[in-house]
Amino acid sequence: MGYRILFKEEVGPGAYRMIIDAPHVAKNAKPGQFIVLRVHDRGERIPLTISKADKENGQITIIFQVVGKSTKHLSLLNENDELADFLGPLGMPSEIDNFGTVVLIGGGFGTAVLYPMVVAYKEAGNHVIVINGARNKDLLLLEKDLSNIADEYYVTTDDGSKGLKGFVTDMLKQLIDNGVKIDRVFAVGPVIMMANVAKLTKEHGIKTIVSLNPIMVDGTGMCGACRVEVAGKTKFACVDGPDFDAHEVNFDLLMKRLRMYRREEQISLQKFEKEIAQNG
Amino acid sequence: MGRIKPKRVEMAKRPVEERIKSFDEVALGYTVDEAMKEAERCLICPKPTCVPACPVHIDIPAFIKKIQEGDFLAAVRIIKQDNPLPAVCGRVCPQEDQCEGSCVMGRKFDPISIGRLERFVADYEAKVGNVEVQPVRDRKPEKVAVVGSGPAGLVCASQLAQLGYDVTVFESLHEFGGVLVYGIPQFRLPKEIVKREVEYISKLGVKFVKNFFVGRTRTLEELMEEDGYDAVFLGTGAGLPRFQGIPGENLLGIYSANEFLTRINLMRAYQFPDYDTPIKVGDTVAVVGAGNVAMDAARSALRAGAKKVMILYRRTEKEMTARAEEAENAMEEGIEFHFLVNPVRYHGDEDGWVKEVEVIRMRLGEPDESGRRRPIPIEGSEFRILVDTVIVAIGQIPSPIIAQTTEGLKTHERWGTLIANEKTFATTKKGVFAGGDVVTGAATVILAAGAGKDAAKYIDYYLQNKEKPGIWEELTKAE
Repeated sequence: MGYRILFKEEVGPGAYRMIIDAPHVAKNAKPGQFIVLRVHDRGERIPLTISKADKENGQITIIFQVVGKSTKHLSLLNENDELADFLGPLGMPSEIDNFGTVVLIGGGFGTAVLYPMVVAYKEAGNHVIVINGARNKDLLLLEKDLSNIADEYYVTTDDGSKGLKGFVTDMLKQLIDNGVKIDRVFAVGPVIMMANVAKLTKEHGIKTIVSLNPIMVDGTGMCGACRVEVAGKTKFACVDGPDFDAHEVNFDLLMKRLRMYRREEQISLQKFEKEIAQNG
Repeated sequence: MGRIKPKRVEMAKRPVEERIKSFDEVALGYTVDEAMKEAERCLICPKPTCVPACPVHIDIPAFIKKIQEGDFLAAVRIIKQDNPLPAVCGRVCPQEDQCEGSCVMGRKFDPISIGRLERFVADYEAKVGNVEVQPVRDRKPEKVAVVGSGPAGLVCASQLAQLGYDVTVFESLHEFGGVLVYGIPQFRLPKEIVKREVEYISKLGVKFVKNFFVGRTRTLEELMEEDGYDAVFLGTGAGLPRFQGIPGENLLGIYSANEFLTRINLMRAYQFPDYDTPIKVGDTVAVVGAGNVAMDAARSALRAGAKKVMILYRRTEKEMTARAEEAENAMEEGIEFHFLVNPVRYHGDEDGWVKEVEVIRMRLGEPDESGRRRPIPIEGSEFRILVDTVIVAIGQIPSPIIAQTTEGLKTHERWGTLIANEKTFATTKKGVFAGGDVVTGAATVILAAGAGKDAAKYIDYYLQNKEKPGIWEELTKAE
């Protein structure tokens, strides 16, 4: 079984969209689920959210950002190249229903994960409000895709280069203050952003779901690398998640655990960049 | 022959100072002369006691006879009639509790080294490159899905293929072998050997599909109702690691044994950065637990660069579940054993890294349901041990995914093991059989292999009698 790259495009600085030939994954994929891939036969297993599953053509779309060696390597592959391994769909599908008015918040690269959720919530009949936040306007992802689907679409940037100057939480607060009746919030992005969204919605008693991205190895419930604390209990994000009730998540622990291999990630990336430089 | 030779022929091991620096195999195996000499000791009992003690009932006297005659290839063929994994089982079986444990020689003298001889002939066959595959004559139309490519699945698949069935093995990871590749370390079972045995089984006609997670990629029902599988064998093992549930267990630097071993074995993190997956092994490592997995983790930590490795165990040496040979190897290599202590809490630094494990001293009370004396904490005896890395090796339970996504497949409440008939391996869902750790909870390679072999027999019976009224009732009620 080859896992061929059918299509590749850059969707933002260092962010790419790829379509992979993976009929066995596309068949049963549901919103909120992810895949685990290996770029090459000495590669690590990296989890990525399924951005779109085309069951008819047996194709899976992924969006990823270059953050380390594996994603750097992946970004250098081209159409018709093959991935070593591609497993999925993994994780619990998101709970999608007609809740009424749903605010979907994507921060930075989290927006890529947000996209399939926006599609799913919209299809379920919700009034969909999207808040897309980034540091500046050049880093905003998927603007066209999201604004086309959303009933209401808002942008925030830290530097004010587009939309509201400030954080996604500032926009969310405005909506709440304006009396918008929000039935559910779904947020994905940097841990600090998700924590701040959770804090705000907890004050207002709005049910909030976050999609967590801890370090994983197998992604099938076998190793416990991805353990997170939810309501004081240890959960495995790969089998119990990746979606959790934001008001119960220990974000501080998640943030620390994400930093566990920071030094090794540097070593690996530097070695790879040196190799690329040497090989032209 | 004729004269009793009381002492077994020892097998050479790599010297301690050399082996703790590398992942190369520790036990070196017999030479031809050594194997012949050891085989000579066997009395070739007409009513052998070793065969019934083997979970897959290898005809042990017959294969040893062939070694005596110098026909090593014939010897391995005899083993493979009952067990397609001789190079694996010769290395990792607890022979002292099974065949060798019931060898008549063992009553007065050393038992015959059956495991070492099994390993010898399997390695000999691989070395001369003359692996013989018996052609299957009678092909049957039924399709069987084997879920999981660990020992239970591999043996079940090979037996069914030899009976003529169309067999496909589904594996969720990117290599075949299950616990043989992610769990058991290279220095005890080189991965090349697992690969060899998988290749042999695929020569028998078994199809292998990797990166396929039954329960998610396809559900069990889809396999049976849409993809045309007439029966399924679940050999999915016990992969979900258990934790104690004590404060601080999620601090950085605390691994489950499964994660630690998976990073090292499957992902080859000990070769980072040549391989991409990293691992953090500090100077001082504590391993909680004293089973085979704990020994594997402790010895791997040492090889991955730890200066000091401690086993922390709440009972005593006598109650350890690890094989004596493995505990002995660990002790030889300088692993410290701390008995009658149990972690109660972990303390970390401000960045969240584990720094100390707080343990409480234990004493032994009355025997519990496992027959071993129950450890009881001694109040007020807590003290702290400085650590950089902790590996929790207190057991694994089955992953809940397949049971969660399959209607009618029932599990035991306590550990989530699948309910299956002890004799026939039939589960609560028609056409689905299960064996190995997913049924028993974490046990040994050979018990799983035995379950896979016996289950194949009943899968065959089921497929030949599928239309018989009450067949599933018969299989689930069998005693």
